[in-house]
Amino acid sequence: MPNQETIVPQADTATKPSSRPRTSPGDAIFAAVAKSSGLFVLLLLGAIIVVLFLGGMKAFQAFGPYFLIDDDWDPVQDIYGAAVPIFGTVVTAVLALLVAVPLAFGIAFYLTEIAPVWFRRPVSTAIELLAAVPSIIYGMWGFFVIVPIMAQYIQPPIIDNLGDVPYIGTLFQGPPFGTGILTASLILAVMVIPFIAATMRDVFETVPPVFKESAYGLGCTTWEVMRSIVIPYTRVSVVGGIMLGLGRALGETMAVTFVIGNTNRITSSLFGPGNTIASLVALEFPESQAGTLKLSSLLALGFILFVISFIVLAISRVLLRPRLKT
Amino acid sequence: MSATTASQGTGPSFSGVKGHGAATINAARLAISNLDFFYGDHRALKSINLDLPERQVTGMIGPSGCGKSTLLRVLNRMYDLYPGQRATGQVMMDGSNIIDAKVDVNSLRARIGMVFQKPTPFPMTVSENIAFGVKLHEKLSKSAMEERIEWSLTRAALWGEVKDRLHTSAMGLSGGQQQRLCIARTIAVRPEVILLDEPTSALDPISTLKIEELIDELKHDFTIAIVTHNMQQAARCADQVAFFYLGEMVECAPAVQIFTAPKQKRTQEYVTGRFG
Amino acid sequence: MSATTAALPGPARDERVSRSLGRRRSLSNITVKVLCIIATVIGLALLASILFTLLYRGLGGLSLTVFTTSTLPPGSNGGLLNAIIGSLIQTLLGAAIGTPIGLMVGTYLAEYATGSVIGNAVRFVSDVLLSAPSILIGLFVYELAVSPFGGFSGFAGCLALAVIVIPIVVRTTEDMLRLIPSTLREAVIGLGAPKWKMIVLVCYRAARQGIATGILLAVARIAGETAPLLFTSLGNLNWSLSLGKPMASLPVTIYQYAGSAFSDWVQLAWVGALLITFGVLAINIAARFLLRGAK
Repeated sequence: MPNQETIVPQADTATKPSSRPRTSPGDAIFAAVAKSSGLFVLLLLGAIIVVLFLGGMKAFQAFGPYFLIDDDWDPVQDIYGAAVPIFGTVVTAVLALLVAVPLAFGIAFYLTEIAPVWFRRPVSTAIELLAAVPSIIYGMWGFFVIVPIMAQYIQPPIIDNLGDVPYIGTLFQGPPFGTGILTASLILAVMVIPFIAATMRDVFETVPPVFKESAYGLGCTTWEVMRSIVIPYTRVSVVGGIMLGLGRALGETMAVTFVIGNTNRITSSLFGPGNTIASLVALEFPESQAGTLKLSSLLALGFILFVISFIVLAISRVLLRPRLKT
Repeated sequence: MSATTASQGTGPSFSGVKGHGAATINAARLAISNLDFFYGDHRALKSINLDLPERQVTGMIGPSGCGKSTLLRVLNRMYDLYPGQRATGQVMMDGSNIIDAKVDVNSLRARIGMVFQKPTPFPMTVSENIAFGVKLHEKLSKSAMEERIEWSLTRAALWGEVKDRLHTSAMGLSGGQQQRLCIARTIAVRPEVILLDEPTSALDPISTLKIEELIDELKHDFTIAIVTHNMQQAARCADQVAFFYLGEMVECAPAVQIFTAPKQKRTQEYVTGRFG
Repeated sequence: MSATTAALPGPARDERVSRSLGRRRSLSNITVKVLCIIATVIGLALLASILFTLLYRGLGGLSLTVFTTSTLPPGSNGGLLNAIIGSLIQTLLGAAIGTPIGLMVGTYLAEYATGSVIGNAVRFVSDVLLSAPSILIGLFVYELAVSPFGGFSGFAGCLALAVIVIPIVVRTTEDMLRLIPSTLREAVIGLGAPKWKMIVLVCYRAARQGIATGILLAVARIAGETAPLLFTSLGNLNWSLSLGKPMASLPVTIYQYAGSAFSDWVQLAWVGALLITFGVLAINIAARFLLRGAK
């Protein structure tokens, strides 16, 4: 659609013809390019979904819905199941959130209400820099620093003291290698803390001061204001931020691959090894030829991960949208 | 008195602004003396001396930026929340200086309550809103709490409108109702002083009227200070009116006097609309 | 409306109860504040631990050889030159491919589609892609650009990185363009300029610092990405500048070296990690300063 908004200039540019409305071809081209780029993004998402699904088609056809609950991963017999990696993905992500959310909340509360004003910007920046560190660095740090600490100082006392307690003891058994589901969850937690903390901080700052002053005016302490006013006021966005962290944790590869122990079985112990979809795909890919059922299974796993992540990120986006609009 | 006789020739240029307040001003509940207030290095209040009389309404008027809201926020130590803001001087209540650092601010705020310009219903039900402040300072049985809630909402002229929806969200009330809820929430704590910071400037005229009627009743039990940029409101509601200009209190007099025969030239210029 | 001036109900406020309540509330307030301070200290300590570990383990291996020699078998005193160059090429090319697309989409969202259904859909999809697992992007590009063409290639790596760049640039471009006041736009249109000139000559100029920040942040992000490259450019232990063949990159080399059993390779992995991390952090800090200037 040619742009009709151009106003024909007056006498000071007398050289221009002024009798017909000027339609700029540049406008039409530019608009077309802009709009098609928008469509390109939509197509990109569609393409990712389709490509992953088609790639995994062989596996879906071979195994059917049983794929989701089968815990085999047998390259020799060519039988593959998604249960172990799905379990690992979900468990590590949830555990990571259990650790990350309280810490992130504490940091956000500190930054918005407790820290002296001059200290807030540097601490904020430091926390955001944590988010910028590449995930492979987390993997290395996790493997070379955290795993030995877990193996020497954390896991043995817990195994010794809690391993035989009825019911919950099974969570804490096994040799103290330092790796395992819990370690992977802790590394993931460190990775998502800055995302959740930054979102919470931004959202806490949107509460109009007059609401907080009303509560202070009745004699509330800072924590009471936070608990009764700020958190309920920002509840939806806080959940959105947590979902965002969850979405990130589900898809992390390099941080987890180093420390999860890379074993394809579901153990009941937090110190036991396992796999996530991302770590399994990363590890098994080099040994999977094109066109094989194994590769197709990996792509099928990728599709499943995409579906899970998409749902979580979509929910997060919907919850955060009012904040994004402002 | 020569200033007032001189001004009677010109007289106020608008009709209807006559103070309706009490003829005699009571003894002070809060006595402000030599109060200075600083935003960083900037001195926003200069040597304020003002008494808030017991169970009467003190109106505070003046052009924008004159310091009247700032003064109000000193009285419940709201400035504590913001580093860089400080007050020096004395605000005496029952023999102690409330701006002294040793004072327990949270219990002070139970005795001096504040209602803000913008209605601020908390994200909870109507009765939870009222109970919120009470629970901070008192342990009441369930029936005593319900009684307190009913009393507060009745005194705030809201009970009839919300008694069937006590357990619905307060955010669903209209603007005028929300402001009366805030008033109810403030008086539920049974303070001695109520500070009103332009309480009706965000409301429609009918809600404004209701709240002004409310103030007239509330003053039987509470000492009230109201900041308003609306002179007619001050004339309607206040017993005593203080006029502020550029951080100083220019004049403080009974309402009946300040609108018809102010002593200071500045005051006269303001109340006759020469500036503001 | 009640007109009673009823006396205040109930007994006078019990000062003792009020004070003990106050003490308890004050105690929980202080407890929570202390916990929050601890949480912040933990967060800062984690960052410090990461940076310290990188310096401690990586500085020792930093030498000229790292920058002048390509990767060699263990024990041969190799370096990281091909990995560094490969990363530079793929990062810059990936950003070069992804940025114009992201720029156009951001422009579309800010200038042509502020309320439309398609616009909202594009915005939604872009936000989801922003946080999507990068390993899946790698799988996607593998299926499209590696498998059908018979081999891993540096170019496929660039494509994967470009896909990651796009949503980052879209978000910052749209945000920055939206900050431009409508009065400026109206003034330009009122002078007779066509819309596209308003956008290109005025809006882009006005938002250039913010847009540049977005590009920098995208570069910082893809510089550290490993998973997508594992499936596309694979890594190459030899020296190769050809985009049609597998190409080395720093993150992939670090991944291969760190997990190996050879101590000199592990040392080189730390050096690489040090280089990447401080490079990425430096770009982030630079971008922050730019953004502050833009706003």
